[in-house]
Amino acid sequence: MSSVESFYDVIRRQGITRRSFTKFCSLTASSLGFGPLAASKMAYALENKPRVPVIWMHGLECTCCSESFIRSAHPLVKDVVLSMISLDYDDTIMAAAGHQAEAILEETKEKYKGKYILAVEGNPPLNEGGMFCIDGGKPFVEKLKYMAEDAMAIIAWGACASWGCVQAAAPNPTQATPIDKVIRDKPIIKVPGCPPIAEVMTGVVTFITTFGRLPELDRQGRPKMFYSQRIHDKCYRRPHFDAGQFVEEWDDEAARKGYCLYKMGCKGPTTYNACSTVRWNGGVSFPIQSGHGCIGCSEEGFWDKGPFYERLSTIHQFGVEKNADEIGLAAVGVVGAAVATHAALTAVQRVTKRFDSDRR
Amino acid sequence: MGIQTPNGFTLDNSGKRVVVDPVTRIEGHLRLEVNVDDNNVIRNAVSTGTMWRGIEVILKNRDPRDAWAFTERICGVCTGTHALTSVRAVENALDISIPENANSIRNIMQLTLQVHDHLVHFYHLHALDWVDVVSALSADPKATSTLAQSISNWPLSSPGYFKDLQTRLKKFVDSGQLGPFKNGYWGHPAYKLPAEANLMAVAHYLEALDFQKDIVKIHTVYGGKNPHPNWLVGGVPCAINVDGTGAVGAINMERLNLVSEIIDRAVQFVEQVYIPDLTAIAGFYKDWLYGGGLSGKSVMSYGDIPEHANDYSAANLLLPRGVILNGNLSEVLPIDQADPEQIQEFVPHSWYKYADESKGLHPFDGVTVPDYKLGPNAKGTPTNIEALDEGAKYSWIKSPRWRGNAVEVGPLARYIIGYAQGKAEFKEPTDRLLQTLGVPVTALFSTLGRTAARGLECQWAAHKLRYFQDKLVANIKAGDSATANVEKWEPKSWPKEARGYGFTEAPRGALGHWIKIRDGKIDNYQCIVPTTWNGSPRDHKGNIGAFEASLMDTPMADPQKPLEILRTIHSFDPCLACSTHVMSPEGQEMATVKVR
Repeated sequence: MSSVESFYDVIRRQGITRRSFTKFCSLTASSLGFGPLAASKMAYALENKPRVPVIWMHGLECTCCSESFIRSAHPLVKDVVLSMISLDYDDTIMAAAGHQAEAILEETKEKYKGKYILAVEGNPPLNEGGMFCIDGGKPFVEKLKYMAEDAMAIIAWGACASWGCVQAAAPNPTQATPIDKVIRDKPIIKVPGCPPIAEVMTGVVTFITTFGRLPELDRQGRPKMFYSQRIHDKCYRRPHFDAGQFVEEWDDEAARKGYCLYKMGCKGPTTYNACSTVRWNGGVSFPIQSGHGCIGCSEEGFWDKGPFYERLSTIHQFGVEKNADEIGLAAVGVVGAAVATHAALTAVQRVTKRFDSDRR
Repeated sequence: MGIQTPNGFTLDNSGKRVVVDPVTRIEGHLRLEVNVDDNNVIRNAVSTGTMWRGIEVILKNRDPRDAWAFTERICGVCTGTHALTSVRAVENALDISIPENANSIRNIMQLTLQVHDHLVHFYHLHALDWVDVVSALSADPKATSTLAQSISNWPLSSPGYFKDLQTRLKKFVDSGQLGPFKNGYWGHPAYKLPAEANLMAVAHYLEALDFQKDIVKIHTVYGGKNPHPNWLVGGVPCAINVDGTGAVGAINMERLNLVSEIIDRAVQFVEQVYIPDLTAIAGFYKDWLYGGGLSGKSVMSYGDIPEHANDYSAANLLLPRGVILNGNLSEVLPIDQADPEQIQEFVPHSWYKYADESKGLHPFDGVTVPDYKLGPNAKGTPTNIEALDEGAKYSWIKSPRWRGNAVEVGPLARYIIGYAQGKAEFKEPTDRLLQTLGVPVTALFSTLGRTAARGLECQWAAHKLRYFQDKLVANIKAGDSATANVEKWEPKSWPKEARGYGFTEAPRGALGHWIKIRDGKIDNYQCIVPTTWNGSPRDHKGNIGAFEASLMDTPMADPQKPLEILRTIHSFDPCLACSTHVMSPEGQEMATVKVR
């Protein structure tokens, strides 16, 4: 087996010129929101580092994170997979199956001890001895812990791995559990969303391979660069909110004029994500732009924060001014309670029931 | 020692047991066990869904207008089709009609999914069962170019193009970091493509990966994002405004043009890349006619893509509707999803408990009490399964049956039914493909037939995208801009009790949701999804489901390298997150779940 080659080696042998390479670095750096200095750091890193092995595992989930990942436009996912990382295990796309697939885990654990990234999509259910998610005849949670032991860091993809998501919504029948509640001794980067935006996903991966360190995280464990502002802060319909111009019912005149969707239940004011800036699928649109309110899919427990079409009652016309850290710290106390107070009695009961079932 | 199943298969579990777990390149978690005889021919097949999420329990007591968002998260691969099924179920229950534009936009969303899903399935989940990536390294790029140009006028086909790709691939393989191609079955004797065809296919694997990200932008325009676009009970969320104040915040000319341009490219990619590749690859495998399973016996399709809004009758659906039983192609039987005698789910071999397991339950009345335990003949322990006991309970999937019959669903089922009904849109392309390959119509009942039907349907769907986009524009031109009906938006306008069902044809087959609403909340929600039909375990009478049936009697070159198993199972495009579900009208099962 030959020595591990760098990203730069890979693209040079594809016939890409040095000039194109530096251009790529500056474009990628600017698309990630970094200045010109970052581009030269990125170039240095790409010229000198081997491709980082990535093990991508699936627990209870719907595969929307993988599907989102393959939609990445910058960088293209084929370039990420062929040139930037070494995606040695991913049940969704890998050629091998059964024991040939399992053998890759053993090999990676041994050969790249402490040097591989464990990417997790979905989460382990803990009820029924973990056998609500069986992988290779055993509970998925065992495989997760086993591969986490020797990982350099863990990326928790999406709302499932970060918070639990839909299968953990009340009453959480399988006791689906977020990754950080099961793995406590490794750095974990949460990249929430149902799914996360493709370019945010590849942005996180390329950040790590480029800068050789983990991105700066907020108190909830999310990369600050993508999750430190509310959808509302950068929403192009924000001026209509401030002017008191709202859609009152679906397909009314205000909807056709693109007024604010707050009264239709939009959760943009309390949701931290990059949708209104990066947008989706190569910048084509995002939920609010296509006429539906934000459902808050990157927020913890968003399934249990009341019906999607019920408006948030505590949003001041000129904005709440708490940052992600403060909201994160007081998530249940401030946002959770506010929503519960506002919601119908049944919703309150459901939230209460959820806490009961969590305690059981 | 053989056991005869009522649906005509002889099972013999005396030989060597081969286990494939995890089955990769699928959605979710699936385990397969087969017994092979002395000649390595499969004589017994056991298919097990190994995950359970409980979405339907979670839906209880929630707002029915939210159900689409929960059920959409059943699957991020066939994203949107559960949401569409859900809004149809709620609209059926509450008697809500939708505007014509909403029907066209929903059809465009559903057809976009068909095109995307089939394309990604063929190239990224299925192709490696037929294409040897490593063999591509020894191809002659010039000969590859000649081959590519002989089957298509796709522009990316010069010798230099293939040479560059091969160089890139060679260095990639030489790096020793093979990524997703690591430990593949390269060099397996069941691979039959010449090196040149392998190189062409690898090129298109990468091109398809680039292109698929563009097709889904249609979802992004109308639904805001993909995966998991947004839907709405009573219509669609995107408002239309082509020339008034604020048109930039709605579906306007620029948005319509964007969708239109993507549709043109989708048609081109499917016709100049997918179909030629399918034909070329199939040409080298036309002797590999295993994997027919139930397809030559019993198939079912609910039908989908209503031409006009609010009419779900067979005559108004562009995808065929009906059931064929026991290979009788001369009779297509009608389906009624509300008839308690027709669709029932059984659990004697599923990890759930019924009061009387000799009987099935219609989804309106179904119950699920999880009941995980291995049978007496299983090997291993409850948390370390070495071999399952198919004589007992062995899967998180239930066994749905139509009038007691195990049926296959999916693109092949749709094409067989459309063919049997003599519908030209399905019959003519099928006949053309069969003629090109020089195989009889019976060749359809195979793994190859399943793979071919998916490709033909992708082409059909791409053209129907154009049709409905034009129809949408024509309707707007005629002065109709309505996209939602809000008459019954408020729960106070609903009856105290209501029930309804919605159906679609997901890429993988017939999908149904059943809902009961009481006092404005979900009282009961049940989904039966395509992979539940196809991946079902044995039922109360011992009938085997489509996955198990399809593996029977297939010879394996090397049971340690189960390429033949993957080939056939992948041809169904299994979706396990979809197939493992639970419901209970009373929520009683919660009391039985132990927190450890």
